Amino acid sequence: MLAEKYTTEIQTILAKYPPEERRAAVMPLLYLVQRDQLYVDRHSMSEIAEILGISTTEVASVVGFYSLYYDQPGGKYRIQVCTDLPCALRGAEQFMEQLCQRLGIKPGETTSDGLFTVEPVMCLASCDKAPMFQVQSGGGLAYYEDQTVENALALIEQLRTEAASKGSAKRKDEYE
Amino acid sequence: MSKYPAGENNSYILLRQRAIPDLDNLDVYRQHGGFTVLEKAITSMKPDEVIEVVKGSGLRGRGGAGFPTGLKWSFIDKDNWPHYVVANADESEPGTFKDREIMEGNPYQFLEGIAICAYAIQSSAAYIYLRGEFWQISANLDRHIEALGVAGLLGDNLFGSDYSLHIYTHLGAGAYICGEETALLESMEGKLGQPRLRPPFPPSFGLFGKPTVVNNVETLTNVPPIVERGAEWYRTMGTEKSSGPKIFSLSGRVSRPGNYELPLGTTFRELIYEHGGGIPNGRSIKAIMAAGASSALIVANDEALDTPMDYESVPALGAQLGSASVIVIDDSISIPWLINKTTHFFKHESCGKCTPCREGTYWMMHLTDHIANANATQEDVALLHDVASQIRGKCLCALGEFSIEPVLSGIERFKADFDTAVSETNNN
Repeated sequence: MLAEKYTTEIQTILAKYPPEERRAAVMPLLYLVQRDQLYVDRHSMSEIAEILGISTTEVASVVGFYSLYYDQPGGKYRIQVCTDLPCALRGAEQFMEQLCQRLGIKPGETTSDGLFTVEPVMCLASCDKAPMFQVQSGGGLAYYEDQTVENALALIEQLRTEAASKGSAKRKDEYE
Repeated sequence: MSKYPAGENNSYILLRQRAIPDLDNLDVYRQHGGFTVLEKAITSMKPDEVIEVVKGSGLRGRGGAGFPTGLKWSFIDKDNWPHYVVANADESEPGTFKDREIMEGNPYQFLEGIAICAYAIQSSAAYIYLRGEFWQISANLDRHIEALGVAGLLGDNLFGSDYSLHIYTHLGAGAYICGEETALLESMEGKLGQPRLRPPFPPSFGLFGKPTVVNNVETLTNVPPIVERGAEWYRTMGTEKSSGPKIFSLSGRVSRPGNYELPLGTTFRELIYEHGGGIPNGRSIKAIMAAGASSALIVANDEALDTPMDYESVPALGAQLGSASVIVIDDSISIPWLINKTTHFFKHESCGKCTPCREGTYWMMHLTDHIANANATQEDVALLHDVASQIRGKCLCALGEFSIEPVLSGIERFKADFDTAVSETNNN
């Protein structure tokens, strides 16, 4: 249960807003869930609704409206390449195409190991440092600027190795 | 000695981290006079006096609209309490990346600006609404806010007065529309980010229905130097009606893209050629977008290049200065391709609340898909012009209105590109 697992975090979030306006906490609470499980499931939406005294539908509509919330699981890492006009003028479209090609996927798809989803996104306010992308994962969100396809593939390999070592460590813990 | 330089070219008033290393460290910021202006305001000025100084400076909103900042503050309804300050850090216009650099490099000047604004309108709670992608910047700001609390520069009874202030960050989640101030307020309240019908405007009905000042990050960062050195000093920079320094975000087909802090009224030519190093790869300049994706396309002839970038001169070219995100287009770029990019953006970002924008951006996107892919006729180009014209003046907010700017100006000012696209269709 969200309320038990994150008692302190939830209190800290709610304290930012006037008590009679607790609905304002819906976005930070959604981030809290998503940080944990990389997407927001229906059950968590109900729990958030209960904490805030609004309906589950209202929470779900917020999830649906904003592009950084996900109601379906994707790759463990979402590699989001800005292909908007200023980045496109610096070769971002070709960059994404080649990156996807090398990974054997199409834009929007996830690699067969379930780790990486590569997708185009709208402007990320880094127009002078294209090609660039952000990586969204449970650890948060990080920018990678002035990229080449080789740089990006090296990063992907590094993340893949990290994921593998974390995965095996977890399994080990489970056995012990 | 003032902490802010006299204001000639190449001296930083906003991007001071470029001259002072580690300015994002509170001790360093204080060594350079940080928070003495807030102290001066709270201990020796009445709130209305602060508003008068900002009014007198001629500072205009740096988020795009260029509305006089002091005037906005003076509209706050004094019969309805509490008051709020909301800093708009939703920076999402394609081509704009200035607020990010301020918040990363000179965060305390921004926070001091929020605090002075809050004192001026007697608000004891301020929020910073950041786009969700600025997750790391938000976490850093939380750290800076905490440091200010520990130093006694934020919190209760500041500088021994009865004035108290708390600042909070709030992350958006990927919606361009939330840069529009009333959509931002809706979003902060935990609802869909959709614009409100105005009036009433935020100074009378804002966050949680209370009087609210919503100001852009760069606007607020201008406030400490203004209150320290006075309105007259500030007016020595820029032009008569567009005073002060401005951060120009330069991107696109230019040798040295980046942020440039220059006085308002600097010419396009100086920015693009002197600072930006001109057009690479032996190409020549074709068009300029001065306000990011929301721009009318400016034909880059000598007259345009010699135009001062300020809130009066750019409109004379049939365009807007907006947030001064200057995208440079060279002669290898096809305008049908370009407006296809911008219409895809606006279609994606339309909030869906009003019909002209929701349906209009959808149809413009499809028509530009056909034109850009050489699968269209002159009738399609005429239809696109017609659809765009029909959107004009009918939208609830500026997003819909801006979506047509590149389309109409592109068709009207770069007709040859569309003729080429259509003739390629005929050859298919």
